[in-house]
Amino acid sequence: MADRTPTPAHRAVETVIREEWGRVLATLVGLVRDFTLAEDALQDAVLIAVDTWDRRGIPENPRAWLVQTARHKAIDRLRRGVTFEAKRNELKVLAELDAATYVEPTYDEDIQDERLRLIFTCCHPALSDEARVALTLRTLGGLTTGEITRAFLVPEPTMAQRLVRAQRKIKKAGIPYRVPPPALWPERLDSVLAVLYLIFNEGHTATSGENVTRPDLCREALRLTENLVLLATEEPEIRGLLALMLFHEARRATRTDASGALVALEDQDRGSWRQALISRGDEVIQKALKQSAPHPGRYQIQAAISGLHATAPTFAATDWEEILMLYGRLHKLQPSPIVRLNAIAAASFRYGPEAALNSLGELAIETDLANYQPYHATLADLLRRAGRLSEAREAYRTAISVTDNLAERQFLERRLATLTEAA
Amino acid sequence: MKYILLIYNDNLDEPVPGTEAHGKYFQAYGAFTENLAKSGKMAGGDALEPVSTATSVRVRNGKTVTTDGPFAETKEQLGGFYIVDAENLDEAIEWAAKIPTAEFGTIEVRPLMVFDNM
Repeated sequence: MADRTPTPAHRAVETVIREEWGRVLATLVGLVRDFTLAEDALQDAVLIAVDTWDRRGIPENPRAWLVQTARHKAIDRLRRGVTFEAKRNELKVLAELDAATYVEPTYDEDIQDERLRLIFTCCHPALSDEARVALTLRTLGGLTTGEITRAFLVPEPTMAQRLVRAQRKIKKAGIPYRVPPPALWPERLDSVLAVLYLIFNEGHTATSGENVTRPDLCREALRLTENLVLLATEEPEIRGLLALMLFHEARRATRTDASGALVALEDQDRGSWRQALISRGDEVIQKALKQSAPHPGRYQIQAAISGLHATAPTFAATDWEEILMLYGRLHKLQPSPIVRLNAIAAASFRYGPEAALNSLGELAIETDLANYQPYHATLADLLRRAGRLSEAREAYRTAISVTDNLAERQFLERRLATLTEAA
Repeated sequence: MKYILLIYNDNLDEPVPGTEAHGKYFQAYGAFTENLAKSGKMAGGDALEPVSTATSVRVRNGKTVTTDGPFAETKEQLGGFYIVDAENLDEAIEWAAKIPTAEFGTIEVRPLMVFDNM
C-alpha cells in the first residue's frame, strides 16, 4: 500500500473508511464482545476494502459491507485460534456468530445503543483515567493511535501500550459490555461526561500542530450526548454538557479565519453563528437549570456562561456581571487556575484591564503559572489593553514560546505584530 | 468468572474485640457470609489470624530464609478473603462493597487465572 501514489479514488476510499470506522467497530464489539478481536477483524476487512473498492468502486452501503466482511474475518480468526484461546465462551460466541443471520440495523437507535454500551464500558471506573479516554477515542472516535498521541503529548509506544493494556484488562477482569443499571449511574456518568467532553474538544480545537478541526468528532460527541440525555432525562448535567457543546459548535465557523488563525471573541462575526444550535442550546440549559435548581453542576454553569456569550447581540452587550457571578460559582465546584484566568479575563471587560492585572498578579503569587500558556496569553492581552506596550510585547513573546497550538500561535504573533508596528 | 476478594485494613481501624462495635462487626460478617453462601456464588473464603502471626519464607540460592512478619510492612494488611463466582466484574464489585471491612479498609478484587489447555 505504501508504494501506491494516492489517487482521488483511493483518497475517497480512505475517507469513507475513516468515517465509518467508529460505528462499524462498535457493532463488531457488540457481536464478538472482544475489543482486540473486533479491531483485528476490522483491520482485515479494511485491507480488503482498500484493495477492492479502489478497483470496483465504493459499495452502496459501505458500513454494511465492512460489518459483514469483518464478521466473516472474525469467524475465520476464531476458527484458526489466532487469539490462542480456545475458551468455552469464545466457542459460544463463534456458535452465535455462525448462527446469527446478521441484518444491518435499519434504525439508527440500534447503532446508538451499541455506542452507548461501548462508551460505558470504555469509561468503566476499573480502568485508569488515561485508559478510558484513549479507549473511547480509539473505539468510538476512530482516532489512530498517532492522533491520540498528539492529543495527549505522550510518546506513541506508550499510548499503544496503554490501549493494549486497557483492552486486556476489560477482558481479563471481566468488565461487562453494557450500560450499567441506574444504581451505578452517579459514579459512572461523571466519567462518561468527562470523556465525551474531551472528544468534543479534540474535534473542536487542534491541540497541537494542525489547525484543522475534526467536525466528525464533534458530531460524534454531540450525538452520543444527545442519546445520553434521552436515556437519562433526569440527569441535568448531561443536558449541561450538551448545551455547552451546542454553544461551542454554533460558533465553530468563526473561531478561526481563512488562514487558520484564531479570532478573538470580540472580533467574531456573530451573524455567522448558527442560531438553530444556539436556540437549542438555550432550551437545553434552561431545562437543566430548572431540574437542578438551586445547585447546578459544573457543566451546567459552564454552559450558562457560554450561553450568555452566544446570546449576546454584540460583544459590548455581554452580561459580564452575570458571567462573573457564574465563574464564582464554578470556582467553588472546580477550583482551578483556568477558571480563575477566565474569570479575570471577564472581569477585565467589566472593571478594566488594570484591575484585572492586579487580580492576575495575586493569582501568580498563589500558583506557579510559569509554564502555563493561558496565563501568559492572558497577561499579554491585558497589558496590551492597558497600554503597557513594551511589557505586552515581552509577554507575547513568552506566550508564543510556550504555545504549541499553531492556530493560537498565529493569533499571538499577529497581536505582537500590531504592537511592533505601532511602536 | 471466579474472583478473589482480598480484604485489607489497618488493624488500628478495626473495632476492638469485646466492644459492642466489634459484636456488630462480627455479626455483619456472619450475615455477609451466609448471604453469599445462600446465593450459590461462594467458592471459598476464610479469615486470617492477625499479621503478627505471619511468617515469610524465601528460598535464595538453595537456602531457605525464614523471617517473622508479612512479606511487606504496609499500613493496610491482608486479613481475610472470599472467592466468588460472579457473572462479571460489576457483580464481584457489588459483593466486595458489602464486605464489612470495605467501610474503612480496601477490598482488592482480582480474577483468578484461567488456564487454557491445548
